[in-house]
This record gives sequence, structure tokens and C-alpha cells, in this order.
Amino acid sequence: MKVMAQMAMVMNLDKCIGCHTCSVTCKQAWTNRSGMEYVWFNNVETRPGLGYPRGYEDQEKWQGGWVRGKDGRLQLRAGGRLKKLLTIFSNPKMPSMQDYYEPWTYDYETLLNAPAQDQVPVAQPYSLISGKKHQITWSANWDDDLGGSQEHAAHDVMLKGLEDKVKLEFEQTFMFYLPRICEHCLNPSCAAACPSGAIYKRSEDGIVLVDQDRCRGWRMCVTGCPYKKVYFNHKTGKAEKCTFCYPRIEVGIPTVCAETCVGRLRYIGLILYDADKVLEAASVANEHDLYDAQREVFLDPHDPQVQREAEAAGIPVDWIEAAQRSPIYTLINKYKVALPLHPEYRTMPMVWYIPPLSPVVDVVAETGADAEDADTLFAAIEKMRIPMEYLANLFTAGDTAPIERVLRTMAAMRSYMRDLNLGNDPQPEIPASVGMTEEEMYAMYRLLALAKYDERYVIPSAHGEEAHALEELATDCPVSGFDEELTRGSGPFGEGSGGYSTVAVENFQMLQNRQTSDQLVGGGSKAGRVNLLNWDGKGMPPGLFPERNGDTAGSGAADGPEQP
Amino acid sequence: MSTLLWIMFPYVCLAVFIGGHVWRYQYDKFGWTTRSSQLYERKLLRIASPLFHFGMLGVFVGHVIGLVIPQSFTDWLGISPAAYHIIAMAGGIPAGVAALIGLALLIYRRRTVGPVFRATTVNDKVMYLMLALVMVLGIWNTIAGGIFEIGGEYNYREGVSPYWRSIFYFQPDVSLIENAPLGFQLHALTAFLLFAMWPFTRLVHVFSAPIGYLTRPYIVYRSRDVRPGAGTGSRAPKRGWEKVQ
Ligand code: SF4
Ligand code: SF4
Ligand code: SF4
Repeated sequence: MKVMAQMAMVMNLDKCIGCHTCSVTCKQAWTNRSGMEYVWFNNVETRPGLGYPRGYEDQEKWQGGWVRGKDGRLQLRAGGRLKKLLTIFSNPKMPSMQDYYEPWTYDYETLLNAPAQDQVPVAQPYSLISGKKHQITWSANWDDDLGGSQEHAAHDVMLKGLEDKVKLEFEQTFMFYLPRICEHCLNPSCAAACPSGAIYKRSEDGIVLVDQDRCRGWRMCVTGCPYKKVYFNHKTGKAEKCTFCYPRIEVGIPTVCAETCVGRLRYIGLILYDADKVLEAASVANEHDLYDAQREVFLDPHDPQVQREAEAAGIPVDWIEAAQRSPIYTLINKYKVALPLHPEYRTMPMVWYIPPLSPVVDVVAETGADAEDADTLFAAIEKMRIPMEYLANLFTAGDTAPIERVLRTMAAMRSYMRDLNLGNDPQPEIPASVGMTEEEMYAMYRLLALAKYDERYVIPSAHGEEAHALEELATDCPVSGFDEELTRGSGPFGEGSGGYSTVAVENFQMLQNRQTSDQLVGGGSKAGRVNLLNWDGKGMPPGLFPERNGDTAGSGAADGPEQP
Repeated sequence: MSTLLWIMFPYVCLAVFIGGHVWRYQYDKFGWTTRSSQLYERKLLRIASPLFHFGMLGVFVGHVIGLVIPQSFTDWLGISPAAYHIIAMAGGIPAGVAALIGLALLIYRRRTVGPVFRATTVNDKVMYLMLALVMVLGIWNTIAGGIFEIGGEYNYREGVSPYWRSIFYFQPDVSLIENAPLGFQLHALTAFLLFAMWPFTRLVHVFSAPIGYLTRPYIVYRSRDVRPGAGTGSRAPKRGWEKVQ
């Protein structure tokens, strides 16, 4: 047994309202730079729908993840090492910008400077890539809330085999939101595909990172990741990906996307697993067994044997304690309500999902029946094969049994708690029908519905004695003492070359620039790096406000826009 | 003059080549990349890039054989100069032409595809110009000199090659190169200039050819502080913050 610790996340999909707050805050924190305009480390997609990048789940096309060879060994779907090197000059399976979307901004200046005229002036969209006028035909969530899905949703790869049965007419379809971040897989195919060995899994907490100094821009990781969660920064020529907000995790605070989640549906915690068993579990023959195989890789932190092994492996005691309090282990292995996204890619993903009951509840409620009655819900779950099969395609490689079990559990919790809330006599047979005790059911309800901040996020911080080695120097002001040379944007050999700077410094500088500058930061061209989303009300990009007599556009920079 | 051209200039260029790479690797690991533009455009790249790169690999191998292996060695193997010439032409011309066509397509792509052109720096443009110049001169020497024998027959393995080797013995034999045809001389001079530019352009990615990939384990694990006193993630710590041992 080789015990390792992994930071993991569980999302409760029933609670996601599709507000995209997580996406926007993540973007503000991590990808609001040129070269990353099209990148969303966190994206929220409406399902059924195409997702982002468009149709990424079609592995016939994109060749991401692992496949099990005839000899039972895993190999990268896109080909072995030699093939990787031979196709290095032009990666045949890399999505182009159009598969994500071409980022754009609007020509606000013309809008505001337009002379008096009969027609209302229009702010034209300009591409941030070519700098030319741009016809917007796609975006990161074009089919949000099923917009245009009569046309698009039929191409959802996960609807394969269900095409004839699913009605995509707006009123009759089911729908839910799927927020996605990098899965920080136990068996990451992005790392395996990297020729330079720049992508690594941190041995302390399992976070998968790209070493920016070692990445040489071969782009193989973009193909390797079946979730398409490694992105190519087209300005610096390096790959970037979700960092699980490691500077925050190291000091014990949750990721930006979880912290700001409006639905409070994200859980973060440590989970212990047996690294020796990962490959074996990822190579089981039957795809339907992958879910259980991965569950068995996780170790029970309450087991004294596991604790001893963990200590022997150098995991600090407070980390083991954190693993015991972790909501992740509880949701995955105790209540067994969380499921992995696309286990069939065999990367052993570590962001798990509690599938939504809402498609079922909605339908029941529409018929006028009691949508909180256990029997009605059970019957509906049994009848509604299509959402069930669709969810199974997402979370269990097509096996509906676990989906049905989870949804029955959620339905049981719903109706059991209704009785409690209304002061009726609780019905112990409801939890019993899904194999739980009343106490367990209530505890699960507490975790899913009421859990406070520190119950949802159980994050042991890195150790104090290592503090100076952490990214956000926790013992010092993170942005102090960095000389000019180290923090400027680009060196003599093109964007991004020259010295390094830390994430904190970079963000600090960017924010400072933006707040104090009169210009559109970064050249001020229409293809520059600032769009209105990035403008925070401080400082005045020229043309944003009409000029007044004797007043130049920038005079209000220090104290904000003046009132007329 | 010939000392300047054929002794000092080459040594300065080669010194810059080596020193420049060391310096840049120290100073600018983050800028050390292919700066791929595949995200912007892939149809043209799909053809042009492999054509160019595989062509260049062939050209490189050809140069190693032609410049490094002395004629006496192939004679000893029993390969007559005529036979060698035919082998070299058969390998060299297709490789050179492929690389040149690839480069032409790549430059065409750079100029005509808007986003790619916008991502092209002055540095890139100068580099492309030099590269194209060196390659055109090289292919001219091979085809015009080697096949049509314009300007008479010339065996570079008795002139340019020993000169090249003599540089590395630190006893440069200038007379060898001075008697070479103008085409060869220009090819050599421009190549030296390209070597001097090399460490400061995107060409550095040549030295990142990821051969280690063939043997390393698939998944790389790395500790937060694998380097003594090192920072986490992607950066080394700032000077002065080395961990107390
Ligand atoms: S989801 Fe993340 S860790 Fe997994 S393969 Fe993709 S980028 Fe790598
Ligand atoms: S963990 Fe951090 S980097 Fe990753 S998606 Fe969430 S906010 Fe973005
Ligand atoms: S912030 Fe939370 S509720 Fe809103 S879209 Fe993101 S995951 Fe869903």
C-alpha cells in the first residue's frame, strides 16, 4: 500500500442555478490575460448541450484519455510515445480556436463618440484574435439554458443511442447545469501526453500543474486531456490549466470557484488513496466497473491500518485528521451519492458530482402529482428512462443502476425530510428503502443542505515551517520586494519571455494597472487586453465617457468618475 | 580581412551561440518555447510544418555526414567519391527541397493568416529572413554546383568540410574556405550569422527535442519542494529566500 493524499471536489448538481459566477471569478483570478481570452478554467454548460469546447466529449474525434489495449494495458488513445513525437510538428487532433470560440470585444468608443444621428449607433464586435470586425457565431456557453438547442443539442455526444427518444422541443426536454473544472485526475492523461514532462502531479495534494519553465509548447496535453481542460496560451506559447487555486489551498482556503459559488454546492476535502492500485483500477475490463474500481482505490481514513501507513508515507497527522473530516470521502464512499464524470476515459477523475434529481422532480410536479412523495418519485425514476440513461452516459459509462440508486436516495431524503419539516411523524421505512438508517439520512441531509463553510471545505493548510516556500509567501506581503525587472509583462523575446513573476504579483500588477491607468491597458487597440468585463469602474478608458469642456478623459482617474 | 571573416567572425558567432544558449536558459526558461501558432490556423500548418521540420532533420543529418565525417573515412569504407556524391544528392536534394517548400508555405501562412501575422515579432521576421537566405544558398550550392556544375566542379569534402573541422581543432585553415566557390562562402557566412542569432530567437526550441519522453514514466510526480529551498508550483524562489537547511 502506498498512501497518497488528494485534494478533491464534489459538486451537488441539484443546487447549481447556472449563474456562471464561478466561471467569472475564476477568470478574474486566473485567465484575464491576453493569450487566455478564450480560456475558462471553470465553465458551466447546459446539458443536454455541446459543452465547451464544442463537442469535447466525442473522443472518436478528439482522441483524449486512455484506452484499454487488447493486452489489458492502458495506452493513450491518441497514440503511443513514438507517434506523439512523430506528430509533434503539427498535432493532428488539437482543437482550433473556432472549436472553443473566437473571443471578442465591442467598439464602445464609436458608440459613445457617434455624432447626433437618426439611427441609434451600434457597438460593433471586434475579434480579439484578428483585430478585425467579427461576426459572433459561437461562445463558451452559446447554448446556455438550451438556447438554440433544437439545432445544437442533437449533436450532444452523450445523447448517442437516445436520439430518437429525446424530445428536444423546448417544453418537453429536461435540463440541468454541469459546472466543470480540471479533474486533477489520479491517472492524468494530460501529463502522460506531455513530451517534455512539464505536467506533474504534486505528491502532497495531487494537484496537477504545468511547470511553466519546462513547458515547450508541444500542445500534446491539449489532445491528451479528454475533458479538454488544458489550454494553450497563444501569447506565451505555453500550456495552462486549472491550478485548483493551489496558492489558496496551501493556506487553507477554498478555490475561487468554490468560495464564490452562489449555490454553495461545492465541497472540497482531502481524500487518501492507494497509489499502487490506481493503474489496476483504471484498467478494469468492463467500463461499468470503473466507478466501483475507483471507489475502492480510496482508503478509509478511520482505519488504523491506513493511518499507520499514511504516517509512514510522511503524511502529517493533521492531514490525516482532515481526511477524516473530509466531506468528500463521506459523499463518495459512505453515502455513495457522488459519481465521477466520465469514468470511461480511465483518467480516474477527482471532481465528482451528485447527479440532479430535478429533471425528475420537475416532470412529476408538472403533472400535478406530489413531487415530494417517496413512492411517486420512485415510480417516476423508474419510468423516466431517458434522463436516467443520459445521466448514466455522463457519470457511470452508461450503467443506469448507480444513477438510479443515487436518485432514489435523493428522492428518499427529500420526502423523509418533508415529514420532519412539517412536524409529521417521520417514516423510518423511507430511509430503509434505500438502505440507510434515519440518523444517516439526517446526517446526509445536513451535509447536503445545511453544511457550514468549514464543513463544506475541509482544507488542511501546508505546514507553517514550509511557509516561505509557498507561492503566496504567507509570512510576507506577497507583492512586496519584487523589483520592476521581474514583474514586467514581457521580455525581449516576445510575450511572456524574461523573468518570472508569481501569480499574486501578476494579478496585483494587473489590477493596479487597470485601476490607475487612463488607457485601455495594454496598448489600447481594439484587440488589446481589456474589455468591459475587466473594467472595474476605476479609471477611464478613453471614449468610455463623453468628454466635457476643458476636461480630459483621464482627469477622474484617481477619484473615480465624477458626477456631472 | 580573411582573418576577420574566416577566423574571428566564426569564433565570435559560435561563442555567442553557446554562451547565448547558456545565458538564455538561465535567464529565460519561461520564454523557451516553440511559440506554436496552431491554435490560429491548422490546415496549412498540417502540411507545411511537418514538411519543413522533417526536411530540416534530413538536411541536418546530411550536414553531419558531409561536414563531420572525413572523406578518408568513406574512402576507407570503399565508397568512391562518385558514389558518395550520388548518395548525397539523392538524400540531400529531396530533404532540402522539402524543407524549402515547407518554409515557403510557412512564411506564406505567416503573412496571409491575420492572427498568425499579428503574432509575428520583428525578431521572428529577421530570423525567417536569415533562415531562408541560408537555405536558399545551401540548395543553390547543392543543385547548381553539384548537378549542373556551374562554376566548375567543386568537392566540398576537400574544402569546406576540413575547414569546418579545423575550427574545432582551434587551428582554422583559412586557405581551404578561401578557395571555395562564392556560393559556399556565402552559405557559411550567413550560417554563422544565423548561429549567432539562434539563442535569441524561437529557434532555441530545437534544443528541447523531447527525446526523454520515450523512456520516462507516464505520470510525473513532484513534490512541492523537490529542489532544495525551491518554491512551489512553477517558479523558483526569489534570491534570498533559500530555505534554511
Ligand atoms: S482533467 Fe485535468 S488532470 Fe485530468 S487529464 Fe484533464 S487536465 Fe489532466
Ligand atoms: S479551482 Fe481555481 S483555477 Fe480551478 S476552476 Fe476553480 S477557480 Fe479556476
Ligand atoms: S457559481 Fe455555483 S451555482 Fe453558479 S453556476 Fe457556478 S456552480 Fe452553479
